[in-house]
Amino acid sequence: MKKTWLIARHEFTLTIRRISYILLTISFPLLALLGILIYQGVVHWGGDGAPPEELKIGYVDNTGMFNEYTSPDGVVFMLYDTNDEAKEALFEEVVSEYFVIPEYYLETGVIERYTTKRELELPGETMALMEDFLVANLLSGEVHEEVRERAQAPLLPVSTRLDPETGEVIPPENPFTAFALPFIFALLFMMSLFFTSGYLLQGVSEEKENRLIEILLSSVSARQLLTGKVMGLGAAGLLQILVWLASAVGLAAIASATILPLGGLTIPIGLIVFGIIYFILGYLLFGILMAAIGSIGATARESSQWTTIVILPAIIPVWLYSLFIINPDHIVFTILTLFPTTAPVTAVMRLSIASLPTWELLLSIAILIASIIGAMWLVVRVFRAFLLMYGKRPSFREFWRYIQAG
Amino acid sequence: MVGPNGAGKTTTIRMLMDIIKADSGEIRVFGQPLKEETKNRIGYLPEERGLYRKMRVSDSLVYLASLKNVESRIASGRAEELLRQVAMLPHKGKKISELSRGMGQIIQFLVTIIHDPDLVILDEPFAGLDPVNRMLIKDIVMELKGQGKTIILSTHMMNEVEEMCDRILMIDEGRVVLYGNLAEIKWRYRNNSVFVACEGTIGELEGVSGRKEHGKYVELFLDGETPPQKILSQLVERNIRVDRFEVSTPSLNEIFLQVVEKGR
Repeated sequence: MKKTWLIARHEFTLTIRRISYILLTISFPLLALLGILIYQGVVHWGGDGAPPEELKIGYVDNTGMFNEYTSPDGVVFMLYDTNDEAKEALFEEVVSEYFVIPEYYLETGVIERYTTKRELELPGETMALMEDFLVANLLSGEVHEEVRERAQAPLLPVSTRLDPETGEVIPPENPFTAFALPFIFALLFMMSLFFTSGYLLQGVSEEKENRLIEILLSSVSARQLLTGKVMGLGAAGLLQILVWLASAVGLAAIASATILPLGGLTIPIGLIVFGIIYFILGYLLFGILMAAIGSIGATARESSQWTTIVILPAIIPVWLYSLFIINPDHIVFTILTLFPTTAPVTAVMRLSIASLPTWELLLSIAILIASIIGAMWLVVRVFRAFLLMYGKRPSFREFWRYIQAG
Repeated sequence: MVGPNGAGKTTTIRMLMDIIKADSGEIRVFGQPLKEETKNRIGYLPEERGLYRKMRVSDSLVYLASLKNVESRIASGRAEELLRQVAMLPHKGKKISELSRGMGQIIQFLVTIIHDPDLVILDEPFAGLDPVNRMLIKDIVMELKGQGKTIILSTHMMNEVEEMCDRILMIDEGRVVLYGNLAEIKWRYRNNSVFVACEGTIGELEGVSGRKEHGKYVELFLDGETPPQKILSQLVERNIRVDRFEVSTPSLNEIFLQVVEKGR
């Protein structure tokens, strides 16, 4: 145990001194802080600046039905007698654009619009302003003022979500918490998981490439070596996650005070506790698999190419993020929560929006633990033998022979 | 431990160190099956060796000594002492990657002995070393031998074996083909002849079955019952001035080739 501890301590100190580790650990909180500061700066300086120039839209009325109009937002619709006058006003930037209402407008609804800007399609905002102008004029004097106003803004939706099981009203979600938070957490979690297990891969393959492994195995057993490495690098990864979580709590407090959409943003305690549990379990599984890959590859570069086999399945939950946003309780996410290599990322995504039933949580953790034990059993059998195969990759037959021989 | 390439020398050592498992049989070290604690009493320099390239020299020595259950404080003092002995103390703060290949090999050797082991196993310790560093390591090995340490040396360099070893174990295709005291083995494989250089003619000698002229000296073949001493005493009795009298023994290299050829 003492030697395992020594290896763990060595790996931990070696990793936390790495420039890449330090940069990665501090860069996320710093970048987030920088983002908040930039946002605050934009709001602050933008607020003190000159008020935006009044928007003017010109029009030529060939029907004689439409009067000059100022929208509730202050957009002025200016009447021109001829198309040429309106065009001149556009080129002199008196108006931002103009449109012509043809004589046959009432029959066809056609409006000719002129602009100097390059557009893929008619901007929604312009469309709404023109509709507002047309409706206001068409209904003016025809209906009661209140009816006219309602026709201009017929819908102000207030939506309520009901729990299908209890029938109770579910409080409205913060859009950031509901959509962005799971993604940010999944991304950070995934990065830390892969970087930390990547250090393990790098460490093992470097020791193999540098021919250090035999010196180490003359002092410690393969199990002590593997356990020590997994413990030390896992601690480094956990430290990274804790730094990020602690800074996320602080940053959330700063951000929610200044950025409106983040108002009342809090990190769920369940996410912190189970996030750490999933990190440890996820790291153990990925770490053991990475160590196995590190022992197989002849060089560090060759080993890193093999990691795709492990990493690709793990990022499936992020690929399915659009489906997750619509329906986080979809059967696909239940399967991904239970499958060992996709469980950590999926569970963290679902925990961040409190959408993980207890039975799935417990079953997923149990499957992960069983997978870790199974992976350790397999890897220890091949680890030592493969580490000593210099410049040669073991064949499947050799792999099977070592598994059987134990 | 000598033997041709692929004879099984490194495999035997790895089994001895419990790095790979033996298919059958039993290995006893210090009279007991190898336990994890026993590894702390052994210093092993593998044929395939290296160090943490980004670690400092002193840190490497202390860490690898700590894996042999040596306290950091003691390991640190011992590292300094050994570095001084090999005149590398000024390099203790350097990273391994900053050292020359030869210096790196010296550090690897120091890693092997830093924990003051009772048994030192050296697999091709002189490979790739220049004559100066080879002499340096040889001197330390002889010093350890003088201290009563057991040293197992696996090498291809027969001259080193003749100079340093008391006993040899020759293996081929995983089997022991020769084992014993070096002098006894050389005696066993002697050519049963003597080289004599002297003034005048030797004449007929009792116990000599034939002779061969080599220019400045003559090789006398003995009959198999007469010891070389009896030939020398006959020459002395005849008042012949003897300039050279040498029992013809094959070099270890010749014995090696002879044994391997015979085995195949």
